[in-house]
Amino acid sequence: MLGLSRNDFLMLLLVLFLVAAAPILLNPFPEGSSLAQFNAGYPDLMQRFLIFGIFAVGFNILFGLTGYLSFGHAAFLGAGSYAGVWMLKLLTINVIPAILMSTIVAGVFSLLIGYISLRRSGIYFSILTLAFAQMSFALASSVLQPITGGETGLQTNLNDPRILDGANTSGNIPAPSLFGFEMRESIQVPMGDWLWTFNVGYYVCAFVLLIAFYIAIRIFRSPFGMMLKAVKSNNERLSYTGINPRPYTLAAFVISGMYAGLAGGLMVAMDPLAGSERMQWTASGEVVLMTILGGVGTVLGPVIGAGIIKYFENIFSKINDNMLQSWFAFMPDGLESFMVAVVHPFVGKGWHLSLGLMFMLAIIFLPGGLIGGIDSVYRRIFKKRAQ
Amino acid sequence: MELSAILLQVLNGLDKGSAYALIALGLTLIFGTLGVVNFAHGALFMIGAFCAVTTQRLLSISTITIDETKTDFLGKPLQIKTPIVESWFGESVGQALIDWSVPLAILLTIPVMLIIGFVMERGLIKHFYKRPHSDQILVTFGLAIVLQELIKAYFGANQIPAPAPSVFIGSFDFGALIGMDAGKLLYPYWRIVYFCFALLIIGLVFAFLQFTTFGMVVRAGMADRETVGLLGIDIDKRFTIMFGIAAAVAGLAGVMYTPINSPSYTFGTDFLVISFVVVVVGGMGSLGGAVLAGFVLGILESFASMRQVIEFIPGINQVVIYLVAIVILLVRPRGLLGRKGVMES
Repeated sequence: MLGLSRNDFLMLLLVLFLVAAAPILLNPFPEGSSLAQFNAGYPDLMQRFLIFGIFAVGFNILFGLTGYLSFGHAAFLGAGSYAGVWMLKLLTINVIPAILMSTIVAGVFSLLIGYISLRRSGIYFSILTLAFAQMSFALASSVLQPITGGETGLQTNLNDPRILDGANTSGNIPAPSLFGFEMRESIQVPMGDWLWTFNVGYYVCAFVLLIAFYIAIRIFRSPFGMMLKAVKSNNERLSYTGINPRPYTLAAFVISGMYAGLAGGLMVAMDPLAGSERMQWTASGEVVLMTILGGVGTVLGPVIGAGIIKYFENIFSKINDNMLQSWFAFMPDGLESFMVAVVHPFVGKGWHLSLGLMFMLAIIFLPGGLIGGIDSVYRRIFKKRAQ
Repeated sequence: MELSAILLQVLNGLDKGSAYALIALGLTLIFGTLGVVNFAHGALFMIGAFCAVTTQRLLSISTITIDETKTDFLGKPLQIKTPIVESWFGESVGQALIDWSVPLAILLTIPVMLIIGFVMERGLIKHFYKRPHSDQILVTFGLAIVLQELIKAYFGANQIPAPAPSVFIGSFDFGALIGMDAGKLLYPYWRIVYFCFALLIIGLVFAFLQFTTFGMVVRAGMADRETVGLLGIDIDKRFTIMFGIAAAVAGLAGVMYTPINSPSYTFGTDFLVISFVVVVVGGMGSLGGAVLAGFVLGILESFASMRQVIEFIPGINQVVIYLVAIVILLVRPRGLLGRKGVMES
């Protein structure tokens, strides 16, 4: 089906189902109940699931297949974001040119950086990409201010030229749209106690994710993907067979850069604002974390990793002391305040601590990520049955 | 361009260069002995800086006595805070102790950093020797986040000032010393102290490696770990101690840097990325290279931030270090003083 094996096709269908039904699936708790804060079914968060999913899937094409650990992919996301906002400002408020342009600009940018960085491998490659990304970040927040808006960021304005739409000087700043459907528009469907929100922007992201995911599967299963895996397992032996691996790794680098740019373009299509902090090296670290947590080198892993991290980022950072007190209210007073004090540093503003711990635990105990972990558990059970 | 302007930039580069050199020295020690790329080294630098803050706070713990005869501006009885050290050692000694809290913090930093280093190596890094470099980078990156956030949870996100002793406040007039106009070439006393301190630490580390039996064994282990192990020497134990020493060097670099720049929990990250660049430019595994590259890049950075240079190439001050690193990596991948064949594949 679609050039995929049966298993891959089923996986694609699974993703299609999950993504399409996410506004329902992610809202399992009734509106107004005390657990409603754990609902993830609101557009802003769901869009981020998909956007970072695309970013991580792309990153995995480089890191998962070739083993080259780039610490500078946030730079491509940032470059894509800026290109996207400029298209929204100059050409039209329609998101399609913005998304396309983001992908192209990020592709060109990554071709440039990849061409230089791929002359080295291992830790040197990581540091080269890190250096390039930090350079882009430093320039974007200082000298390139006319293009990037500096630290305040770049955004759409009322009097932007917008050649195709014509500039309007009255009313509101137009929101990014797709042939008249504004990205921020939502239909809310109350269903009993539940409230489901179906958002236009979310389904645009979902459509793009499915295409990106399909392409990633095809790359993973193609001869080109095999070549990339060969680069990872033994680069030297590959060169001895008379093949120059660099064009292949460069292609993988550019493809993953384009995925990053696509994610950046979608980000500004949902919210037309691009800031330089998107390019910082901690942002690059985050996508590495998503890929690792989900499972390096698996097709589905990065999407799951991105979803989990973005979920925890949102939910953990929302929890405050009042909530903690109400959770532990059933305990005796002394124990209650003790528990609140223990949990307090991990939630709210301190959620990065939980993130760091999760990161370390994932690397220490789950080298194959969640997918690898599930796989080994499954295999162990299966083996026992066979015996 | 005047000579004094050039000299001023060299001097300005020295203090940052000292910090780069010290951090890079620790990174290289760890890489050279254990073959581990430690992304948490910036966090160790930051913890060192917070040792200074802790010492300052410990010394300022006060007892509060209430003087009923006087009132403060709100009309309440006046509260008099007396630091405990003052009541122990008398007023003048106590105030001097508080004033000198940053240098005194060294006494706290060394044991704390050694312990952190040992625990880190035995508890975490040990299990990553046989895993790929990317795993080592990632786990230490995660550890750096955790350490940063722990400090943030306890000390808050704001910068906390930790001033130098009042003796060192003010600037030294280099211009007058070498016969130029007075006031043209001013350099803060504390930065001179920091530079000398850095030289002292670097000297101690090199002397330790060069002139002691322990250091000789460690150098032998760096050259060929397996053979040293076969000779019946417990090289792992010595490398653990070296990890502790590397952590202590980073901590000392941090503790003395606090008067120059008030520490916050992100103190280390800015230095970390650049320190990696320094290590690479100096040559992976080359201790001398790390020190040399630290000072060279520090001075280069300060030259690039001169007004005349920025007018000529805008933004160069932000990127000069990375540009140098990229050029070095492409032209001479083993770095300035690196041995041939180290990580050169």
